[in-house]
Amino acid sequence: MRFVPVTCEQRERMLAVIGVRSVDELFAPIPAQARLDRPIALPDGLSEVELAAELEALSNENASGLVSFAGAGCYDHYVPAIVDAVLSKPAFFTAYTPYQPEVSQGTLQAIYEYQSMVCALTGMDVANASVYDGATALTEAALMAARVTKRHRVVVSETVHPEWREVLRTYARGGTIEVVEAPARDGVTDPDALRELAEGAAAVLVASPNFFGCVEDVRLACTRAHEAGALAVVAANPIMLGVMEAPGALGADIVVGEGQPLGNPMSFGGPGLGLFAARSEFLRQMPGRIVGRTVDVEGRPGFVLTMQTREQHIRREKATSNICSNHSLNALAAAVYLSAVGARGLAGIARACIAKAHYLHDALVATGRFERFSDAPFAHEFALRYDGDVQAMREALLDRGYVAGVDAGGFDDRLAGVVIFAVTEKRTKAQIDAFVKEVASL
Amino acid sequence: MYPADLRYDREHEWVRLDGDVATIGITDYAQDQLGEVVYVDLPSVGDEVVAGDSFGEIESVKSVSELFSPVSGEIVEVNDALADAPELVNSSPYEDGWMIKVRVADPAIALDGLMTADEYESFIAEEA
Repeated sequence: MRFVPVTCEQRERMLAVIGVRSVDELFAPIPAQARLDRPIALPDGLSEVELAAELEALSNENASGLVSFAGAGCYDHYVPAIVDAVLSKPAFFTAYTPYQPEVSQGTLQAIYEYQSMVCALTGMDVANASVYDGATALTEAALMAARVTKRHRVVVSETVHPEWREVLRTYARGGTIEVVEAPARDGVTDPDALRELAEGAAAVLVASPNFFGCVEDVRLACTRAHEAGALAVVAANPIMLGVMEAPGALGADIVVGEGQPLGNPMSFGGPGLGLFAARSEFLRQMPGRIVGRTVDVEGRPGFVLTMQTREQHIRREKATSNICSNHSLNALAAAVYLSAVGARGLAGIARACIAKAHYLHDALVATGRFERFSDAPFAHEFALRYDGDVQAMREALLDRGYVAGVDAGGFDDRLAGVVIFAVTEKRTKAQIDAFVKEVASL
Repeated sequence: MYPADLRYDREHEWVRLDGDVATIGITDYAQDQLGEVVYVDLPSVGDEVVAGDSFGEIESVKSVSELFSPVSGEIVEVNDALADAPELVNSSPYEDGWMIKVRVADPAIALDGLMTADEYESFIAEEA
């Protein structure tokens, strides 16, 4: 395929066919004030040497080499070298929608393997090829639950990431769903409130670990949902699923998550990877693309985009979602990552994250500057109340090379003074000890 | 070729009236045009249907189409067997592959405007 714009000769030929002498004559019917009457304000082109220097100067303006204790939806995990090696194969690296199975078997099989891994992690029957990010996945799950139950109201726990809830409310402005928030108690969803609110709802949406890193009683939340005839939607962290029970085994109907921790860089907060999986009975109500395994006329296995009648290119007015693409490359990164680390490796990574997070938690509390935020069990992320000015503390530590958690007060005034710390397997004991010393010295 | 005891509409549904209950399905011609049926999405018992409106959809390996009700009334039964065996629509369009049963308000006029078997056969001949 050639990506060459038209040549002068082609342009002349086209003008001749239309019957005008020049491009100006072609655009003559457009009022003069609506036409661009000056060159576009772009600097001159650069040579390769100049361009490399320019980009290097730009990238040097980024803070790099920081030791990060920030998470809140985007995590600093190690990415094995094999991930980028596989990703950068040209056949994978091109953005191409695999509608033609006969020329896309590699891409289709890669997505199929990814879907299978997502199912294994979440304990679900079917997964889609991924959506835009975790927040989108959660919202799509809410819309899907409304379609399945033919109900309108969804209940989301206050302990779900504030930005995810914001995306949910943005979609709700379209009128397809109404969003109600279930209050938190001690950093987890209040189960009594859930009982009341779930009545007549399409879905109950919880996250575990939640925004504060706390492990929720997922089984209870699912029970509350089912008692009320609602679907149970659980947002999970895929790394933590290495050791935590699969939401599917706890009663979840739909499991979503942000897949960035699986082999994807933090990359300034995007692009992300929306994990989406459900029970097979809801297959026809699922959003996004789904790859299936089949056999050709000679009985040989092959892969296709299946269940396409749910998609907007078949019947737009009946489509289950306006999502028509997926984050294929990010999904591939996740699949390569999971293949590389394996089930035991993933469990090891999760355990290391959890152990180090608990070590940091206890050390920070021991400084006397922090108070516990919740008594609920937590995984690799936790919230603490700081006895000083959070912003000042974070800025002071940034100067010393640390990202000192995330200021929860920046999301919600009621959380002023609360800091959320995340610890991944990349953090060493030496880094944690040094960080605690710096915090204590403020 | 088409059962004489049924009435037909232009969307290729058939109706069998029994007292005030109308059983509805799609014709042999329709199932043949669709090809292998893989899924039938049906409404719930208690739902109201209006003549000419969609009451569900049928999906085959080739396409997906709306199902239109030839009569108005309340749905008193749906064929749950189609959930696990949608291919019944292909193998037995007039018997095991029925879709919904509707209680009509007035059986005397419920079938007004629908085609007889002969009329339907001519209609298909024109369409083809």
